[in-house]
This record gives sequence, C-alpha cells and structure tokens, in this order.
Amino acid sequence: MNTTIANLAVGEQGVIKEISLDSIPLALLEMGCLPGEDVELLQIAPLSDPLYIRVNGSHLAIRKSTASQILITKK
Amino acid sequence: MSDLGAIKVALVGNPNTGKTSIFNELTGLNQKVGNYPGITVEKKVGIAHLAKGKNANIIDLPGTYSINPNSLDENIVLNTLLNTGHNDFPEVIVVVADIENIKRNLLLFSQVKDLGIPTILVINMADVMKKRGIKLDVDLLKKEMDAEVILVSARKRHGIEVLKNAILNYKKLNTKPLANISDKIDGAYFKQIKESFPNLPLYRSWLYITQAENFDSLDKAQIESINNYRKEKEKLKKYKLKETIYRYQQINNILKKTYHVDAGKATDLRSKLDKVLTHRIFGYVIFALILMLIFQSIFDWATLPMDLIDEFFANLSAMTKEGLPPGMFTDLISEGVIPGVGGIVIFIPQIAILFLFVAILEETGYMSRVVFLMDKVMRRFGMSGKSVVPLISGTACAIPAIMAARNISGWKDRLITILVVPFTTCSARLPVYAIIIALIIPQERVFGIFSLQGLTLLALYFLGFGSALVSGYLLHHVLKDKSKSFFVIEMPNYKIPSLKNVIYTVIEKTKAFVFGAGKIILAISIILWFLASNGPSDFNNSEEIFSSHAENIDLSKEEYDKQLASYKLEQSYIGIMGKSIEPAIKPLGYDWKIGIALISSFAAREVFVGTLATIYSVGNDDEDNTTIKQRMGAEINQETGEKLFNFPVGMSLLVFYAFAMQCISTLAIVKRETNSWKWPILQLLGMGALAYLAAFITYSTLI
Repeated sequence: MNTTIANLAVGEQGVIKEISLDSIPLALLEMGCLPGEDVELLQIAPLSDPLYIRVNGSHLAIRKSTASQILITKK
Repeated sequence: MSDLGAIKVALVGNPNTGKTSIFNELTGLNQKVGNYPGITVEKKVGIAHLAKGKNANIIDLPGTYSINPNSLDENIVLNTLLNTGHNDFPEVIVVVADIENIKRNLLLFSQVKDLGIPTILVINMADVMKKRGIKLDVDLLKKEMDAEVILVSARKRHGIEVLKNAILNYKKLNTKPLANISDKIDGAYFKQIKESFPNLPLYRSWLYITQAENFDSLDKAQIESINNYRKEKEKLKKYKLKETIYRYQQINNILKKTYHVDAGKATDLRSKLDKVLTHRIFGYVIFALILMLIFQSIFDWATLPMDLIDEFFANLSAMTKEGLPPGMFTDLISEGVIPGVGGIVIFIPQIAILFLFVAILEETGYMSRVVFLMDKVMRRFGMSGKSVVPLISGTACAIPAIMAARNISGWKDRLITILVVPFTTCSARLPVYAIIIALIIPQERVFGIFSLQGLTLLALYFLGFGSALVSGYLLHHVLKDKSKSFFVIEMPNYKIPSLKNVIYTVIEKTKAFVFGAGKIILAISIILWFLASNGPSDFNNSEEIFSSHAENIDLSKEEYDKQLASYKLEQSYIGIMGKSIEPAIKPLGYDWKIGIALISSFAAREVFVGTLATIYSVGNDDEDNTTIKQRMGAEINQETGEKLFNFPVGMSLLVFYAFAMQCISTLAIVKRETNSWKWPILQLLGMGALAYLAAFITYSTLI
C-alpha cells in the first residue's frame, strides 16, 4: 500500500519509494533517508509533531511536513 | 602556539562520534579557542606531539553529517577544506566515525576522501563493539576502500598512538578518490567539468559548482565557468541526489563484506529511556524538573563564589588605593580597571555552572530529546526546537546564548532566536532586581510558605521568557522568510558523559566569554570611570564650592567626605548627562540620579547598583546591601516630598530593566553573528521603546 511516513502508526514500517530534492532537503538523504531503505516510525512527539524515525540505521527526528513528502510502501 | 614545521591536520566527523574526545586525547590541554576571521564560530586548535620531535597542528572542525553545509557551523568545514590558499588548509584529514553508525559516517568519509587530500579514517568507540555484537574486518575494509583505517577507543585511550604515527607518515597515503562519481552519474557531463578545471580533483570542482558561494582560492575564469554550470539548477539537483544514492550503494557493498551486527545483542536501553523521556506528560515534567535544578544551582551554588569574588575585588581596590601614591593613575586602577575586571569575573561561577549542565545534557544525548519535545511549541513562536538551548543559556548570559544559536539551520529561526534571547532574565539583571525588590516588596509570605519577594523574582523570570516568546511570535509574522527552513536532527544513543569532555567544554566556553565579552565590559567601565571622575570647571573646583556651603561645615569628617563624593558626581560629565535626560525619564518616576544609573548601566546592567551606591554616598568600604538599601529607602523626592523609591517607581524600574537592551557586549555579539548593524540597532531601539512604554504605563497606573 502506498502512503507517506506521516501516515504510519507508531511501530509500523515501510520501504521508501521515491524521493525528489524539490521537497526534501539533501541533508535528510545524506543522513540515510534513501529510496529502497526500510523506515520505521518509533515515536510521535506529544504535540503530534515531529516524528521520530529509524531509517537505514540512523535515528532521526523530522517534521510532519517533511515526512508527508516521503512516499513509502507499507510493509 | 603555531609551529611552522608542524603537520596541519583537520579533524572532521559527524556529531556524537566522540570526535572531541579524540581531539582531547591527541592534544591534551594544548588547546586554544579562537575565532574564524569575521565570524564568531569557535575555532578549536591544539598541538599533538608525534614521534621524532615532530608536532601536528590539529584543528577540530565543527561536527557535520556531510560536506554540503546546512548551518553556519557546517559551512566552516567546507570552507576550510576547499580554500586551498587558506592558512588552515590541511595536509592531512582525519575523519572520525562511530562504529554504531558507521554507514552514515562513511558517507562523509567518502566525500572527504574524494577531495584529493590524504585522509585517514578513524573508527571510534571500538570498545563497545563486543557489547553491541558488532564485527568489523578492518583489514578488508582498508583493502576495499584503499585507505588507511584505524580502530580507536578514545574512552579507553586505545589506538591514539597508532593514529599519531599515521599522521606522521601521512605522505605515504594515497589521494585517490573513493567514489568514481562521473561514470555513475553522467560521464559526458563530468568529463566536461574535468576539462573546465583540468588542475583540480573532479569532486572538488563539482563542490565548487554546487555550493551557493564562491571561494577565495578561485580565479576569475574559474568563477565564470562555475556560474555557467550553476545555470542548470535542475540538473545539479538531480545529480546531487544521484551522487548521494551512488555513494550509499558503494558503502553498502563495502559494509556487506566487512561489517556484521548480531541483532540479538542490540540493547533496548534507547527505546526504554525514550519512552519515558519523550512521554507526553513525564517528558515535560522531567524537563521542567531539570530546568528547576539548573536554575536552583545557578543561583544557589554560585552565590558563595560570587560573594567571595565581590569581596576580593573590593578589597583589592581598597588596597591599591592605600598602597599606591594618590593620583590619576591610582584612581584609574582602583576605581576603573579593578572593578571592571571584577565585573566580568563575578559572572564566571554562574556561567561555568550553566555550561556544566548544558555540556552534560548534550553529552548524554538528552538535549536532542528536548529539541524533539519542544519543536512544535517553539515553532509557534517563530523558532525551532533547537532554540531551547539558547533560551536556557540566556538566563546566565545572552552572549554565549546567542553564540549557541548558530547550529539552528534556518536563517529566520536563528535570527528570531538571536533577537529574543536578550529578553530572558540574565544574571546581570539579578542584582538590580534584588535591591529593588528588597525596597518595595514587603517581606511577607503567601499561604505561609512562599516568600512574596521570591514570587516577585519568579514573576520577573516569567515576564522575561514570556516577552521572548511574544516577540518571537510577532517577528515570526513580520519577517519574511528568505530561505526554506527545515528540520532534521539525529537522536543519538544515550551515553554516560565523559568527565574530560565536560570539563574541557566548561573551561573553553568560560574562557571564550571572559575574553570575548570581558574586553568590552572592561573598556566601558574605564570610560564610565572617566566620565564620573571628570567634569567641566565646576567639577574641578567642587571641593571649594562644597566647603563654602554653610550647611556642610558641621558635618563629621566621614559624612563630609561622603556628601562631597556625591556632590562631585553631580558635577561630573556623567552627572550632567543624568540631569539632561531627567525630563525624558520623569514620566517614568525617575530623577536625575536614577538617570545616571540608567546611563551607566547601559554598558552592563549590574552597574546600576554600584552607581546608585556611589550616588547615595555609600562608601566603598562597607558595601553592605542593607546600607545601600537604607540609603535608597530614605531618599526623598525633592518635588513631591515623598519617598523616591516608592512602590510605583520601583515597579517602573523593574519593568524597565526587564525589557531594556542595556548591554553593549550583547549588541556587539549580535552584530557579529548577524553580520549587520541592522539587527542590533533594531534590538536596541525596539527593546528600549518597549521598556520606556511599559515603565511609563506601570508608573502612571500605580501612582
């Protein structure tokens, strides 16, 4: 099922599909957020933003607005 | 500290890799913190003694995830590594990687290796490998990457000597690129780049093209060519993405052969701690408790050393005055320089304690959780989660706080943080608050437990934070966003902080404050001293004029001297300045004497109390709070015949000091950090107007 990281529930995993530098900063890719990589939503901050994810061995926090730009296939 | 024959080494690495520990192990206390020319980003340099009497000059570059910069700090890395003509341009680069995040760390190594400079890869935290079930074939890794790889444990001091040896023999290292970017992305395109810059390593040219700025070491023709390439924006973006993907593919292939993790051994300490520390309720409760602990310590632990410092400088001043022959020079030393230095040194305890806490919180990995918790809240006020550290630091001093804002990546977020930090109640406001509260708030208790005076102080802290947030909110809606701000933070593993790192950080930051802000405070103190001890002709004859007044003849010797000092101040330049602003401050309830204190505290707020002590003829020898308090309490407003420091005037002063931007050092730092006079001037005028208006409203409603 196609969706974005922002739509995952805590504990759910997906595989990153496509990424475009128009909406996602290079820095995020450089930290491991790349097509084909597994991503897991670990936690959501108390005010429902930012999101705490594990991707490609890195533990990162990103904002929901960025997360909703990253297309994934739910596992 | 520079040694001409020393090998120039640059230390590069991701944040949280223990890069600083390795720097500390290599250099010991042979370190120096300076500034990069033109900006305040700290430059840490140290000397390592290698074998054969050779030294290495090691520069510890700010932590970064990539050579492509996202913040001012990270820009330094790129600048140092690309400006070949620069003094700091390294002969050898040491990339520090952490064994647990090796994949991401290798991306930076892969970029750096391609610059064509000899590069050593150091893999740190080798001591945790066994515990985490990690196996690494170092020999195969060396072969696969055709690069020098050294396993190090900074914590256990393993491998440091091997690293020193590798640095010594850096000329044997190859400068071949690790990733062959051209073939994998667009062979023809990169061939063209190679032809445009035949003498440069390909990746270096590619970086020159893809950055927003140009570098000093480039000539005109090169810049022109770069600008041509930059026209194809979409292409550059696409290729940058392809480059990163390709580098990761290569790294994945290498790691598949060399790196193995036994997943069963991975600890779940992280997830357990995260559940509590970022919990929707406990997360905030724990953060609030930690904040309370920090404030408590800043004010509790620092009191004793601060009192001792205060006493020491007062005694030193008195001794100098007695010991040296009387005259202009003695006065300058005893009344200008010594109190000026004392005025800086007195803040060291509070600043050191604050940095101690900040360093511990950062080292443990907790600070990233705070950023995670606070981001959404702070965004409403035009800032980001990363603004929390500057705002907390601001309660000790705005100067280090503003410097701490430079790792905020968005320009607007960073600017707003810098602009609002001076509202937080810094320690220089405390002496002012303390004396005025003691004068106007009765020593009563509310509900039998809370002291009314303490609550007033707490309210002033909230006023400080509140106004910082409100002005952030307003600025957020007024300022236009030039650059797109984004937010990515790493949530590092929890770690037990290294004592050495924490202590070094505290020493280094405190030193930076003392020498940075100290110079300005000292200079202003001397100017103030001059203005207060000189004046037009009446000033020079003041002793005669004073003694000719009939009412002064009957005074005791001691009382006479005190009254004379007060009279002299009135005739001095600063007295004249105080009188001339009296009409402007009358609506706030102040007289010209308070006016003097306002002017003199423009340099630094805490000068207010000292100035009032002088004005109200309190001798230097008994600088007892009760005496100053009694004197001020007894002061009568000559026009109304009432007490001068009554409730409305006191409240008006409290409000004025809460808002006014009375700190030249902060203005200077804001100028340097924002690289323009526009923002400090805006701060000065905006906060000044707000202070005046708020004090006026307070006074007129209360009177």
